[in-house]
Amino acid sequence: MVVVIEERVLGLTPVADADLGRMLRIRHFERALLRLFERGQLNGTTHTCLGQEHVPVAVSGLLDPDDYVFSNHRGHGHFLARHDQPDALLAEIMGRAGAVCNGVGGSQHVYHGRFLSTGVQGESLPVAVGVALRLKRVTPGRLACAYIGDGTWGEGSVYEALNMAQLWRAPLLVVVEHNGIAQSTPTTAQLSGSIAGRAAGFGIPHHRIESVDVNVIRAELEPLVTLARTESRPVVAEIAVHRAGPHSKGDDTRTPAELVAAAQGDWQPRYAEAFPAQFARLDEEQRASIGRIVDDVLIRPASVWERS
Amino acid sequence: MRVAEHLNEALHALLDADPSVHVLGEDIVDPYGGAFKITKGLSTKHGSRVISTPLSEGGIVGVGAGLALAGDRAIVEIMFGDFAALAFDQLLNFASKSTTMYGRRVPIPLIVRCPTGGRRGYGPTHSQSLQKHFIGVPGLDLYELSPFHDAHALLTTMFARQTPCVLFEDKVLYTRRICRDGLVDDLFRFELTGGWARVYADGDVPPGCAIIAPGGLTDRALEAMRELLIEHEITCVLLVPERLYPLDPAPVMDVLRGVGTVVVAEDGSAGGTWGAEVSRLLHPELWASLSGPIRLVSAADSIIPTAAHLEREVLVQADTIRRAVLA
Repeated sequence: MVVVIEERVLGLTPVADADLGRMLRIRHFERALLRLFERGQLNGTTHTCLGQEHVPVAVSGLLDPDDYVFSNHRGHGHFLARHDQPDALLAEIMGRAGAVCNGVGGSQHVYHGRFLSTGVQGESLPVAVGVALRLKRVTPGRLACAYIGDGTWGEGSVYEALNMAQLWRAPLLVVVEHNGIAQSTPTTAQLSGSIAGRAAGFGIPHHRIESVDVNVIRAELEPLVTLARTESRPVVAEIAVHRAGPHSKGDDTRTPAELVAAAQGDWQPRYAEAFPAQFARLDEEQRASIGRIVDDVLIRPASVWERS
Repeated sequence: MRVAEHLNEALHALLDADPSVHVLGEDIVDPYGGAFKITKGLSTKHGSRVISTPLSEGGIVGVGAGLALAGDRAIVEIMFGDFAALAFDQLLNFASKSTTMYGRRVPIPLIVRCPTGGRRGYGPTHSQSLQKHFIGVPGLDLYELSPFHDAHALLTTMFARQTPCVLFEDKVLYTRRICRDGLVDDLFRFELTGGWARVYADGDVPPGCAIIAPGGLTDRALEAMRELLIEHEITCVLLVPERLYPLDPAPVMDVLRGVGTVVVAEDGSAGGTWGAEVSRLLHPELWASLSGPIRLVSAADSIIPTAAHLEREVLVQADTIRRAVLA
């Protein structure tokens, strides 16, 4: 889809409240997590998706409730774009009552409805192929969507899965959030060749999206998603993003210049500048909403795991 | 009927009975029908539910887990059990964990079949018995084929657990006769009790020794028992569990309390063995009735050589078991 240039403000197309609101909801959720960590109120570790929130928001607008979503270690945005239940996710991360998996899985291991995340890189792709094969047989037109990063391409399971998906025509949408850095290692030091070349090697359609505009991303994704649904085949969507935050909590070793570049690639200040009134209104809404949710979850009792 | 044909029939029956059952594995479709012909005829009869896969053990176990997660039931054949190492992540970190790590029970009806063991001259990477490496994984159950247990009932039991299961199948056992109607041979009879086969000498003499062994050891254990009975007048009872882990010794505790000697035999290499786990369970229960510590028989702490004479030195033979009983 060609987005008409005249409609853009500072390079961005007008954004729906629902989309910008959800992007900001995820942003405030992630920031709240980092604050809770700083105050020593969160156990364990977490990986925030700061700077990447717009991707799952764009993707989720194209998904059907019967589609499966497979997420990874950096999955809060994937979950919140799919299920507007930040309280259940925060309770999960904090081990409080109302947790989506009773506090057992935590940040990286969430299974809710048809959303499933796992903590081992690339592990979910073969599983997604299996699920996609069942969907193809039982509910044609539905697909399995799997989010991975650029670092995930180091795992052999990715190649095994893509090979099988293409051989057996599994309706699989692979969304690559290419943030250019795998924990602390730049992509240039861990990935030879290209993701496009890899997809081509399997004969799998691939499209790279450079925009941070949620409408543009969705519009460019749409033909791929349609292909996966109507022709029952795997597709790879690679979306250039910038990880605006650390890998985990306080472990960012990037240079000041690299951090500036990452910040400049962040969608948030650009939307703030392009649509100041709408942004301010939604930002305040979400700040307040997440704040209330944090206050609520903090006073909940510990979650209970009924082992059986 | 041979064990291989019996297992093949069981797979046919499962596919016949349930359209959600899928079988995946390398080279399993006709006319090849699998490296050990266990899947012969399945693809001809059941078409797209029997899938020959790329050489991707980790990938195909993941696909099987995905099918199982979404509502199907999956059986994955690993051509040589040795290659299950390539699927360890999917078994350890996904399939088994998914049954509980999401805070509630998630059914994963997945069976991973592993042709196992040596005595066929296939060498170090195609002859191993890897059972011990899968012991103690929460949510992962280990079973082993025997000539006594009905394969269809066994597979049905595994699916009913709703938990991923690894089924070890001794490659030489494939070529052996199945035992039915309580008959083993001219000397021995068997009965099934609570998932265990109890194999005993026909007669009134109570056994002085119990040999506990997975199904793959059956031929060597019986040969040892025969010699011990005829040459040494020692009566042994052989106890073969269908499920190796978690092991439930309760159904055979009465038998074990009646013997002074217990030998646990297995085909895996020495060190960190299944037998060590079995004796850990049994020692506290049998402390008063045993005449000495439980004796462990396993392959040597060694890789498995290819040449037949060298392989024999490393692997458990009937004589290894016989000597353990006499020790």
